[in-house]
Amino acid sequence: METGFWLFLLISIIKILVVVVILLTAVAYTVLLERKVVGRIQNRWGPSRVGPFGLLQPLADGAKLFLKEDLIPESVYRPLYILAPIIALSCALMSIAVVPFGAPVMWHGVNLFQITDVNIGLLVILGITSVGVYGIALSGWSSNNKYSLLGALRASAQVISYELALGLAVVGVVMRTGSLSLKDIVSVQATHGLLSWNFFGGFQFVAFFIYLIAAYAETNRAPFDLPEAESELTAGYHTEYSSMKFAMFFMAEYANMITVSCVATLLFFGGWSSPFGNLIPAVGGVVVQALLPVFWFVLKVFFFLFLYIWVRGTLPRFRYDQLMGLGWKFLVPVAIANIVVTSFWMALRAR
Amino acid sequence: MQTHPYTWNYIPLLIQILVAVGMACSMTTFSWFIGRHRNTKAKLEAYECGIPAEGDARGRFSVRFYMVAMLFILFDVEAVFMIPWAVIYRQLPHITGSPLFGFWEMLVYLGFVVVGVFYVWKKGILDWATDKADI
Repeated sequence: METGFWLFLLISIIKILVVVVILLTAVAYTVLLERKVVGRIQNRWGPSRVGPFGLLQPLADGAKLFLKEDLIPESVYRPLYILAPIIALSCALMSIAVVPFGAPVMWHGVNLFQITDVNIGLLVILGITSVGVYGIALSGWSSNNKYSLLGALRASAQVISYELALGLAVVGVVMRTGSLSLKDIVSVQATHGLLSWNFFGGFQFVAFFIYLIAAYAETNRAPFDLPEAESELTAGYHTEYSSMKFAMFFMAEYANMITVSCVATLLFFGGWSSPFGNLIPAVGGVVVQALLPVFWFVLKVFFFLFLYIWVRGTLPRFRYDQLMGLGWKFLVPVAIANIVVTSFWMALRAR
Repeated sequence: MQTHPYTWNYIPLLIQILVAVGMACSMTTFSWFIGRHRNTKAKLEAYECGIPAEGDARGRFSVRFYMVAMLFILFDVEAVFMIPWAVIYRQLPHITGSPLFGFWEMLVYLGFVVVGVFYVWKKGILDWATDKADI
């Protein structure tokens, strides 16, 4: 059946609105999860007063930040100062568009569980992440504050250094799939459950750990949170920001965390595919069949988000020269070695 | 099966970009109008830990940051060259007629990349803590 253009447009807009609302809610509750888990790691309760178990805390935080005074200091360069959080947040919200959340379910010729499947999906994500650096760099420069500038310089240098290792780490996965479309990358891993995931069956665990380390540095998270090392730099690049502009940098950081966790799941852990593959027979009706992959996907993403928080609660911060050394002298050579070994192994097997 | 033309796939991507930018813009605008503004001179100064700010922040900073930016452009372009090769790698034996041709070809290229990394390493650009770098 030929899909009408307006129907296609309508379905797409509805999908986008639903995904953006879910993403923003997920961002708010990841913040709560982090405060709760870090609280438990440090032997305290975390937020527990607002609503049952502190579940309404994100709402209270959001309302508070919205109502706060929005201050623009005198010495800043206004256009870029205002533009910087907008760039940071919008880049963080964009890249979710190419992520497949579940097994393809076609309705009037449109996949319901993915906003769009472009055949350069992975490049779209890498590209949008790179543009996100502008938000950080411009916020630091336009603030006209020494701490902001230092934080932004550190952040930009760190992000672009680790982006290289990240880009090299995904080459192995692309080689195994032969496609950059995230839908294809997942569907080749969906046959034999655990064993056909790139992490286990594809022997891409080296690439996975490179990706994971690089992703932590990309999102400026502990143990690589030097851009906002409060003991050295006050608060880093968002020292001069207040009210919602300040909150937008945080939302961007958490939205990036979610995207990065999604990509880790898609590339190395089989995305929406079940760990049992075809070993157990399909159960339930059509609705269960459609929603079960989404369940697996959310479970894996949740695991990676938990890992982020766990690492933050456990590891101390790096020193800056160690950080740059790790990126350039360890991760890049290992990523190149991984490409060589993977391609050689694949060539031998293909023979 | 997908029944619409492939180029339509980019339309939702464009809408997503518009929605993301629109959401970010509206958040800034609304919070500007909702929050109250009671400015004092001290509030409008740059916050440098309570000490009055000395001069302008846009001074000179370490040349290493420029070096990292340059290295990034060089090596990222090299990494991007690898992606088309990776996409087509499974089909290369059929195209070239030799099982290892694609592998050796990329090995030569990767060899050049590794020599580049090694050169930069020996020049000391990657050592952040020492002053002996040749820059």
